[in-house]
Amino acid sequence: MSRVILLNLVRFIALVFIQVFLLKNISLYDLSTPYLYILFILLLPFEIPNLLLFILAFILGLTIDAFYDTPGLHAMACVLLAFVRILFISITVQKEGFDNEPEPTLSLMGFRWFFTYALILTLFHHFFLFVLEVFRFSEIQYTLARALLSSIFTVFLILISGLLFYKSKERK
Amino acid sequence: MRNLLIFITKYNAFFLFIIFEISALVIYIKYNSFQKATFINSTNQITGNLYARVDQLKGYISLREVNDSLARENASLRGQLKTSFYIDSVAKHKVVDTVYKQQYEYIDAAVINNSINHRNNYITINKGSRAGIAKGMGVICPQGVVGKIVFVGEHFSIIQSLLHKETIISAALAGTKDLGSFSWSDNMDPHAGLLYDVSNSASPKLGELVVTSDLSLFPAGVPIGKISNLHSKTAKGSFLNMDVTIAVDFSKLQYVYVVDNKFAAEQLGLEAQQKKDE
Repeated sequence: MSRVILLNLVRFIALVFIQVFLLKNISLYDLSTPYLYILFILLLPFEIPNLLLFILAFILGLTIDAFYDTPGLHAMACVLLAFVRILFISITVQKEGFDNEPEPTLSLMGFRWFFTYALILTLFHHFFLFVLEVFRFSEIQYTLARALLSSIFTVFLILISGLLFYKSKERK
Repeated sequence: MRNLLIFITKYNAFFLFIIFEISALVIYIKYNSFQKATFINSTNQITGNLYARVDQLKGYISLREVNDSLARENASLRGQLKTSFYIDSVAKHKVVDTVYKQQYEYIDAAVINNSINHRNNYITINKGSRAGIAKGMGVICPQGVVGKIVFVGEHFSIIQSLLHKETIISAALAGTKDLGSFSWSDNMDPHAGLLYDVSNSASPKLGELVVTSDLSLFPAGVPIGKISNLHSKTAKGSFLNMDVTIAVDFSKLQYVYVVDNKFAAEQLGLEAQQKKDE
């Protein structure tokens, strides 16, 4: 149990640092900006209580907001992400049959499930984030294009980090 | 009652979602206008200091370019010194000059956090209220206009960059002094802006300099950019529209000057008085 908490704490700090000091400066053709930090919410254990999940998502969002100078924006997108995560997992995953404290990682769940999971959650988060950031109907096509291209970039990074920490013995 | 409780516990995820989403929305609406002080931004101790540390490291990478631009600015300032002018009148006597009174003072600051790829970009600098910076001051750099101060902490302040959907600057064509408004272009290109509401009688030329006008909070004549296209596709305002290439390269911004207008308080007071009278 304490191992899980420690692991997630390290993951939280590492992802916030990567997001704020590295990925914040990256942008492809002013269109595609990755938000890898949502990986923290994606990888929380299956068994986490809903309340804790929402609190963690909220805190993560506010932390990113503090660095991006957009109070509340990322918090909103992260809370939506947590909600979509609960729905997606309750539809697609059977909770029985796991040993202790499983996490929805690429190595445990297989490529097809994890790809769909990451893609759908990232799309929800990014569309909400970009539409809310611009909040102007006259630029809607531009905003949607940015959200879509950024989602592709983010999912790409999520899959790479999944492969980077791939443990082959976990797969059944 | 029991049924209601069962209903709520069964769909607890949804209700929790509503609660947290609304609290985030409250923060978003309440603080995003920067009207009220908040600790969730880059002027607080933790984020500000972290950014300052990382900026120290990054500063080494661009030392050469910063040195070059400082040397260039020094050269141009040296050119304005009294000693660099040749005096061709014979008689010379010193007059205590009371015609000129210092109106603008410049506070130099280093950029510690900057972004160019969002719809609304902010810049954090390493000087705050202790250095005499106040909300609403203009910010320039050797190349041109940077933005204006929107939030001041004790040691750090936040600039609303020129690359922000709500930044509008009163601009003028350098040659003919025709007035217009300048804003960032809609397509998120950090080098492109739009000059609009220029009167139809103006005859702008391609490559003409666009500068700040007498009406802005900046000193008059600070460059904003150059006209790159006389007939912009963006329909904004009802008069002439022009595309402008922004003079400042925001991705390489290292040092800026905050403009302290000594007469700003007086002017604002007068204008507030006038509004009250209307």
